[in-house]
Amino acid sequence: MTVLVLLENEAGQIRQASLAAVTAGIKLGEVHALVCGDKTLAETAAKIPGIAKVLHAGDEAVAHELAEPLADLIVSLAGDYSHIVTAASAIGKNVAPRAAALLDVQPIPDVIAIESADTFVRPIYAGNALATVRSADAKKVLTVRSANFDAAPAEGGNAEIISVAATPASDTSRFVSVALSDSDRPELESARVIVSGGRGMQSEEGFKTLDPLADKLGAAIGASRAAVDSGYVPNEYQVGQTGKIVAPELYIAIGISGAIQHLAGMKDSRIIVAINKDAEAPIFQVADYGLVGDLFEIVPQLTEAL
Amino acid sequence: MKILVPVKRVVDYNIRVRVKADGTGVETNGLKMSMNPFDEIAVEEAVRLKEKGIATEVVVVSIGEPKAQDTLRTAMAMGADRGILLTTDNSPEPLAVAKLLKEIVARETPDLVILGKQAIDDDMNATGQMLAGLLGWPQGTFASKLEQIDGRLQVSREIDGGTETVSLALPAIITADLRLNEPRYASLPNIMKAKKKPLETMEAASLGVDIAPRLTVVSVAEPAERKAGITVGSVAELVEKLRNEAKVI
Repeated sequence: MTVLVLLENEAGQIRQASLAAVTAGIKLGEVHALVCGDKTLAETAAKIPGIAKVLHAGDEAVAHELAEPLADLIVSLAGDYSHIVTAASAIGKNVAPRAAALLDVQPIPDVIAIESADTFVRPIYAGNALATVRSADAKKVLTVRSANFDAAPAEGGNAEIISVAATPASDTSRFVSVALSDSDRPELESARVIVSGGRGMQSEEGFKTLDPLADKLGAAIGASRAAVDSGYVPNEYQVGQTGKIVAPELYIAIGISGAIQHLAGMKDSRIIVAINKDAEAPIFQVADYGLVGDLFEIVPQLTEAL
Repeated sequence: MKILVPVKRVVDYNIRVRVKADGTGVETNGLKMSMNPFDEIAVEEAVRLKEKGIATEVVVVSIGEPKAQDTLRTAMAMGADRGILLTTDNSPEPLAVAKLLKEIVARETPDLVILGKQAIDDDMNATGQMLAGLLGWPQGTFASKLEQIDGRLQVSREIDGGTETVSLALPAIITADLRLNEPRYASLPNIMKAKKKPLETMEAASLGVDIAPRLTVVSVAEPAERKAGITVGSVAELVEKLRNEAKVI
């Protein structure tokens, strides 16, 4: 079996989440990687161990990985593959179902475990249940959660690079612009430590209380949906059922009550710390270490003590 | 501009479901059901476009058991003009839903279809993208802002590292993310008025589309429970535990 894995890029780098998709792909068969954009990205991809072949699409049409031309490209390549795998990321979730529809396949999103070539485990109901599903489709289209598969190493391989042509872009969909959060912090999906804030941060200004703590820990900063809805931080900080799914070594939940939809995004973290003034908050039921009190006193103390 | 908004009836977002003892699925009997929260955002956006004079008609469609008409009535109470219910015995997969919606699009010829980005029961996040693929229409998924510019739709999209903006020709598919708007509560007079709005019901099977499932559910299980932890008394104790017990810092 040969597996096509989409390697996404962002700001000139291959995204960490795609390296986890490579690991998932290797479990299924020989991996060919599809890379759009600059040739140097294809060269970077060729060094990832476990990739047998890199398909490089250098056309402008797919440079921004828009769903319409990218789905068409995947469909044009699909004939040779038993599985098509992407990360369960914004790009993967945008393009994989579109490509699947064009192939008359029911996609299997958010895979957390691969049982066999046709059987996969995925969470439903915000992770309150795990469904094991078997696909009857001839081809399988999967998106996989990066929290559940180790990232493939960056160096050690030497794959052949082949150019593939995308069909010219139609004008129905145009890329206009992208605004990426300007941050030196690690990506949420691959951070070893995450410091996350909720409604208890009280304001945009209050949320900044977490910055020195995150700096000290080299942590990514996350947020609950409540904090995002209240406008304290942008949506890309959101951890939860409708945001990012993370599983760091250490997750520090600060001023987060622990709604089901937030727990769905972080309960697989190795160690969870909760800091909240409400001793009854549900977050304490999943926390390894809980500390009850005023976060605006505790967080600076903790930053100082580290 | 005519807008079609598909809506799904799901277990209310405040309810924590339980896995059935025999592991065949999730127990939904007797639970409070509501409109999928992302679909509420989709309905709200369509109604706002109508209030701004950009849209002329908002049609809502639901696929599922007959009780899904409650969901359609809720959407009409929010401001949708009429509803279509396609009845099925079970809950079809996104591929099947997209195929059924394609038939409704052929009949209704909307300029825009706005869907919620995902349903909070199966968490698939696929139907909008699949419908766009089947129709060959452009898609603006995970939308946080819509603007009409020069006859095209400018869509701000939530992506992993920030926001992306795309420009789409109509007709197009939009899927709604959280920050697109804050849905209104339907007022009592509007709930009463919605009861008189037209609601057409037909069997999904009558559309002649293959909606047989492609996925077989082998089993459904509870996720592993986390062991309850401990409460520490001070910052110093927390740091000591993280250093010496958990060894994470």
